[in-house]
Amino acid sequence: MGNIKDKVAIIGMGCTTFGERWDMGPYDLIIEACYEAFEDAGIEPGEIEAGWFASLVSGFTGSRLSNALKLEYIPVTRVENFCSGGLHALANACYAVASGACDVALACGVEKLKDREVGFALSPDPVDSSKGVVPGPPASMFAHIAVRYFHHHGWDVEEGKRILAQISAKSHHNGTLNPRAHFQREVTVEQVMKAPMVVHPLGLLDCCGVSDGCAAAIVVPAHKAGDFRDDSVLIKAFGFNSGASQALLQDDYDFLHIQENIEAAKAAYRQAGITDPRSEIDVAQVHDCFSIHELILYEELGFSAPGTAREDVAAGTFALDGELPVNTDGGLKCFGHPVSASGLRMTYEIYKQLQEKAGPRQVKNARTGLVHNAGGKVGSLNAAVAVYGRRD
Amino acid sequence: MVGIVAGGAYIPLWRLSRGAIGEGLGGEKAIAGFDEDSITMAVAATADCLTGFDREAVDGLFLATTTSPYKEKLGASIVATAADLRRDIITADFSNSIRAGTIALRAAVDAVKSGSARQVVVVAADCRLGMPGSIWESNCGDGAVAFLIGAFGVIAEVEETYSVCDDIMDVWRTEDDRFIRSWENRFITSEGYGRISREAVSGLIRNCNLTERDFSRAVLGIPDPRTQAAVAKGLGFDVRTGLQDSMSLQCGDTGAAYSLMLLQGALEDSVPNDRCLVLSYGNGGDAMAVRVTAHITDRKGNRGIKGCLESKKVIEDYRVYARWRGLLPAERPARLAGLASSPAQWRESEENTRLYGGKCSVCGTVQYPPQKVCTRCHTRGQSESIRLSDKKGRLYTYAIDYTSWTPEIASITAIVNFEGGGRIECPMVDATEEELKVDMPVNMSFRKLDFREEEGINIYSWKCVPARG
Repeated sequence: MGNIKDKVAIIGMGCTTFGERWDMGPYDLIIEACYEAFEDAGIEPGEIEAGWFASLVSGFTGSRLSNALKLEYIPVTRVENFCSGGLHALANACYAVASGACDVALACGVEKLKDREVGFALSPDPVDSSKGVVPGPPASMFAHIAVRYFHHHGWDVEEGKRILAQISAKSHHNGTLNPRAHFQREVTVEQVMKAPMVVHPLGLLDCCGVSDGCAAAIVVPAHKAGDFRDDSVLIKAFGFNSGASQALLQDDYDFLHIQENIEAAKAAYRQAGITDPRSEIDVAQVHDCFSIHELILYEELGFSAPGTAREDVAAGTFALDGELPVNTDGGLKCFGHPVSASGLRMTYEIYKQLQEKAGPRQVKNARTGLVHNAGGKVGSLNAAVAVYGRRD
Repeated sequence: MVGIVAGGAYIPLWRLSRGAIGEGLGGEKAIAGFDEDSITMAVAATADCLTGFDREAVDGLFLATTTSPYKEKLGASIVATAADLRRDIITADFSNSIRAGTIALRAAVDAVKSGSARQVVVVAADCRLGMPGSIWESNCGDGAVAFLIGAFGVIAEVEETYSVCDDIMDVWRTEDDRFIRSWENRFITSEGYGRISREAVSGLIRNCNLTERDFSRAVLGIPDPRTQAAVAKGLGFDVRTGLQDSMSLQCGDTGAAYSLMLLQGALEDSVPNDRCLVLSYGNGGDAMAVRVTAHITDRKGNRGIKGCLESKKVIEDYRVYARWRGLLPAERPARLAGLASSPAQWRESEENTRLYGGKCSVCGTVQYPPQKVCTRCHTRGQSESIRLSDKKGRLYTYAIDYTSWTPEIASITAIVNFEGGGRIECPMVDATEEELKVDMPVNMSFRKLDFREEEGINIYSWKCVPARG
């Protein structure tokens, strides 16, 4: 089996402030993030040999990136995998660099959601069924998991919500330490529990922000990274997979977990040689689109033993000063969630953590970091896990 | 002997308290949910009627309604497909009069007598709109009824029919009218209901050599309870014991379905050798002599009128009704459920309209929608169709969405596991938030998923509902 480990390094990254960027269009966001990445890498835009561009609603072809940056006749491909597009764009850039097809590649994910009244939800789904999809916001499928998870563990709604609320409160605290986050205020467990219901049992503060934003990365072959900087960050693993609707086609699928996440983690850990993720991962950014997803991810990524995530949440295991800090930058919950930018935003935080440039959020001795990014529907989720490491 | 072999009914779960329409108005009227229409109610009544009967043995389906959602497009074919009847059958719509129900019944009896069909489903459904504030709004209710007409196992023989043709501007709608128009009530009562009833009933009695005394029950589908009582009294029936209840307090006048719903109600209380005098009105009248046979005691356990009347949820807020019927302007939906595609609708008719799942012939896994490659054993092209619309289900898990702008208060999505295997993700309707429970029993119900106004396309699909009484 193939392995991407140590073949590619990130030499520069950029990430805009996420939020309601009313005065910024998609081009402005792309320029802000990519020029930060160019400056960080110490290169000129003209040195980019190929680009991978992720966007759900803010650009249908690679030309959107070329147009923004005035790239001169280089290949740019749009990558679309819903909320996981950003990490897939990065992976494609890395695969191209690892293959030798090019030496300096750019991955960029952008989303300008706030130009639309209800974010991406007004974009019609492609016709793959005559009745379309079952109507309902993305929160519905995670509410399906929450309802069954509460039922399975014998929690009433209040008890379940109290456990989830601790996760949101933790992320809000981290958000206060991040000037680029969409939301930068503390919330209490009580506030989270009392927030207006969005999709039962998930309330407003169980749901991530709908934000504008862009993030970008520049990658080169690992052996050439030293030409650019000493503290480049190595790709240790990419574990990707797409579900085939098993959750909806098989009536014994339990809706207590998402198998795609487990398989993605398994593939990534094999590549990175990780056998005990809880002790070997120092910091993680995971796809907390809804608080229940972060809860089950603790178990799916092997941070908590099956059925014990609740205890770890209560013990503060995943807090900034905990044993394994998760979503140190505020997560989707507080940094915000411009769909295709998120995978690269998570990578940006890990990149900064591994370079010890995370400021007040810096995790001590962060040597190995994990990103989990996912897009689509439970059952046909596109799950993505990346592991990054320091050069030394 | 030709007549009714089986009967079934559907009255929507929802009732509007008439007090919400006007102070002092009594009782309730049955109202179709926001996603129901005459087609969906007809499907539900047909399914109730065919409970325990072989759907393969049905040779035709006649739909009677004055409120088909389409002016051009056969409603009966939608109903027959959703009811999973064969393709090589006769389907027809009977329309333009609230007498359409008995007209269709007579046509079905004639078809079976002539030998052109062995069994025909006659299904009548209506949801007519009265102008807000009008007597029609208060009196009309929504509902459906279905009869299986055949020559074997007849529970009620249609002995004789007598029809009167009359041209009168009493109650009508033009091509563009949403609401019922009518002339002065005194005129309708006297020269419409009264005169036609007498003419039709005396014609019937004359033709079949019977007297009024030979009838045990008067089933008078006259859309006015007072005239019903007056006509019954004039014919010598005891209004208290011999007149079938008008359902005016629980349901209302259901248009083309009304006289047949009253007949179904009467049959549910009948014993062998009862004889019903059935009357229906609308630009003339139909009178029928219907004799109950010994087979009435074999009736299968379906819901019927009684079951429908017993299970209900009452709405006290007129605005809910007004929103459901489009009488109030509404916010546009927050989400489009995809683009309407006529070829895709046609291609996927079996899974969406007949609600077929696929059962893998190799590993036996039931999967919805049917798959070309099995989800479990990955065998290609070895799946057999299996009807899921009549399977009982359990609510595996659910979500209640408070953010989407829908006519519902909150919209529910559900994961349902079927008895005998298989799972579907679908919307859940007719449920209140408080009653939702993991593993609660549910049934499938044919509903409108969406109406694409610009394209003029109704998208029908199956949703789940709490198992009803």
